[in-house]
Amino acid sequence: MYSLPLNKLDTLFETVGAEKPLYIPADNSSGKADFTRWKKGVKLSKTLKTVRSAKDFFFPKTENLVNYKVDGKKIEIEDPRKELEDFVVFGVRACDAASFTIVDNVYINQTPCDTYYKNRREHSTVITLACTEPVQTCFCKLYGIDAADPKGDVSAWISDDTVYFNANTDKGKNFIAGINALLTKSDDSGVVKQQQETRSRISELPFVNLDISKFTGDNMMKLFNSKVWEDLSHTCLGCGTCTYVCPTCMCFDVRDFDTGNGIKQFRCWDSCMYSDFTKMAAANPRLTQKERFRQRFMHKLVYYPMEHDGVKSCVGCGRCLESCPIHMNIVKVIKTLNETPLEEK
Amino acid sequence: MSEPVKDKNWKPRIVAFCCNWCSYAGADLAGNNRLEYPATVKIIRIPCSCRLNPLFILRAFQRGADGVILCGCHPGDCHYTSGNYFARRRMTLLFSMLNFLGVEKARTRVEWCSAAEGVRFAQIMNDFVAQVTSLGENKRLEDVRCKPAK
Amino acid sequence: MQTSEISSRVLARAEELLSCGKVQMVIGWRKGLFDYDITPSLFTTSDDLKKNFVYNEWCGANLSKYLVKETRAIETAKDTVRTNNKMAKMKNPDATDAPEPSAKVLVFLKPCDTYSFTELLKEHRIFRDDVFAVGIPCDGMKDPEKKEISERCTVCKSKKHITYDELIGEDGDVQDSKRFDMVEKIESMSPDKRFAFWQNEFSRCIRCNACRDVCPACTCERCIFDNPKSGASQKVAADDFEESMYHIIRAWHVAGRCTDCGECSRVCPQNIPLHLLNRKFIKDINELYGPYMAGSDMETKPPMLNYQKDDAEPSIIKEAK
Repeated sequence: MYSLPLNKLDTLFETVGAEKPLYIPADNSSGKADFTRWKKGVKLSKTLKTVRSAKDFFFPKTENLVNYKVDGKKIEIEDPRKELEDFVVFGVRACDAASFTIVDNVYINQTPCDTYYKNRREHSTVITLACTEPVQTCFCKLYGIDAADPKGDVSAWISDDTVYFNANTDKGKNFIAGINALLTKSDDSGVVKQQQETRSRISELPFVNLDISKFTGDNMMKLFNSKVWEDLSHTCLGCGTCTYVCPTCMCFDVRDFDTGNGIKQFRCWDSCMYSDFTKMAAANPRLTQKERFRQRFMHKLVYYPMEHDGVKSCVGCGRCLESCPIHMNIVKVIKTLNETPLEEK
Repeated sequence: MSEPVKDKNWKPRIVAFCCNWCSYAGADLAGNNRLEYPATVKIIRIPCSCRLNPLFILRAFQRGADGVILCGCHPGDCHYTSGNYFARRRMTLLFSMLNFLGVEKARTRVEWCSAAEGVRFAQIMNDFVAQVTSLGENKRLEDVRCKPAK
Repeated sequence: MQTSEISSRVLARAEELLSCGKVQMVIGWRKGLFDYDITPSLFTTSDDLKKNFVYNEWCGANLSKYLVKETRAIETAKDTVRTNNKMAKMKNPDATDAPEPSAKVLVFLKPCDTYSFTELLKEHRIFRDDVFAVGIPCDGMKDPEKKEISERCTVCKSKKHITYDELIGEDGDVQDSKRFDMVEKIESMSPDKRFAFWQNEFSRCIRCNACRDVCPACTCERCIFDNPKSGASQKVAADDFEESMYHIIRAWHVAGRCTDCGECSRVCPQNIPLHLLNRKFIKDINELYGPYMAGSDMETKPPMLNYQKDDAEPSIIKEAK
């Protein structure tokens, strides 16, 4: 383990930022935090979470896939992946870091592999930051995620005016080596105490002990046509906010844009809550909001775990609890389904 | 943000939406009389000034226009009786909104020009081109993807 | 009236109307996991109401838009039975008609919600006979994030209920509000600063479309932003231009119909002050075409569907110095 006095953190950012693009959570003009490119003057936010998750770095809002230039019968194709350079992300929380594995399972560990996503993952160095004051809407522990010991290439803790770093991967070790001049070797006593306090705070949060054992394929098939889905989804606006802030939602649409001097084929976030989701083929096969709503939660709690050894496609970050315009979220769905009897009386 | 362009010969690209019955005929008359105005003014004929959807103006700016002007019949003389009255309200509000967002007011204009006013049509275009030239290229409503690669 | 008293009267009235059969469903607010995360919801049983219905200072959600879907479902059900009856009669002239299922939905509307309700009625989006609207008083709603009174409620424009079937409590008056102050502040900035301000705000937009989905003025069957043929449908802002274009077009489409309910800004996950765009339009309309408040009555012609021969020319808009 290495340490750095907290008041030298800006110097660390300056050193790292001089070589590669560095992104840290910073406060924006509305008072909330977003991952921002570091430059002189940008300060690390004291907020617990950013509004949008860290998936934006690997699965951005929009991403050019191919650029075509057509000149008579000549077609030139450009690959935008070559333009990407190495970058560093600092301050990712344990929940977001855990979501990377969930998305990797789909985009990297299957054939064919999503080379755009993989390219971004390979160019990144992720430095996670442990939480100290989780809020009521957090429930990462429910899925076995330890907010006091986040993963990533390098784990960091801020405790008593000191920042501690610990490398977890080879990339992490290289990162530490690059900033070695600023760091001092230290033991982990400052970290261990903080971890104990954080873990005890987490165990008192309201949703970390929800019972999710009921969410098996067989049980959920019995409830598939239950009226509760209609009740839960009735006032859903279908806006897609939940899918955009969720770290594990990963659907996209592919579109072409005619710039007037060539075509850009790009992909952009899509939401299964939209009526024209997957419309490039025919149309969204789920004709009503109830079906789309049900699909999203079944995917997170049942379908994804069935294909990935029981790992749920949710990391308990609580963003859906905070961002939904009508305050519907996965916790309410879990609670309601738990209260719904499997057999009709 | 709006700086005059370095090249003295640069002329801004203007899109002129002209209503078929009055201003387009006015443009024809200007042409017949060989009255000059810059060739960077592109005229798009619409049946009535009321046809102009604010989306068209934004689309014009997106695709590289530096200024957009709507020409229609004089209020009271609309071929379809009241189209230009609606257009007048619409454009006033739209320009006010664009101004509110910081887009230069001088990049947009509405002029009423009848079919007999060929001279006036050329004058309007020359005046508008001069006005937009002093503002420089459109940077605030541009879509960088539509810019040709240098 | 104290909020707790209003709350119990609202719940009591809902139970009363539901149990006597005058209404078959209630659109109201459902308790959440905490005190601030209420969900707009449909209630069909007395038990559900007793257990979960709530009306308190967290109920900022505007319920009028849900009536579009509800009343249409009621009318469709009626129409289906009517058609079936006709078909049955064609086969057998002596067939007895099945009774048309009539249903009424009870909705509780705060004063600002009644403006949206009236505007929707004016635009023929809601079947008036299928709604039983109860006007309820409101002293300002709290913002679930900041946990203090919402900005929009500090500049409340009216405590008057426009359209309702009955009232709980007293009706109020149109207020003398300072809601255009922020708009004026931005107008007085230089064009460069204004541009920088809005670019900063719009850059956070993730095109979730929540503002459009919650807006009572946005009830188009096929929204221009969902229609690939319009050329304006993008799912996510690809660059600065697209980010701005969506907001300009949407504010434009609701101009003259926006009732300034403030829902757009409340639902934005990135806290973009969208209501300022709509208020700018309202301010302009007031100044140029006479004071007009959408939803304040059923008769006045909306300003965008109207004209005067001596309307101001567009050149009246002057560049701010």
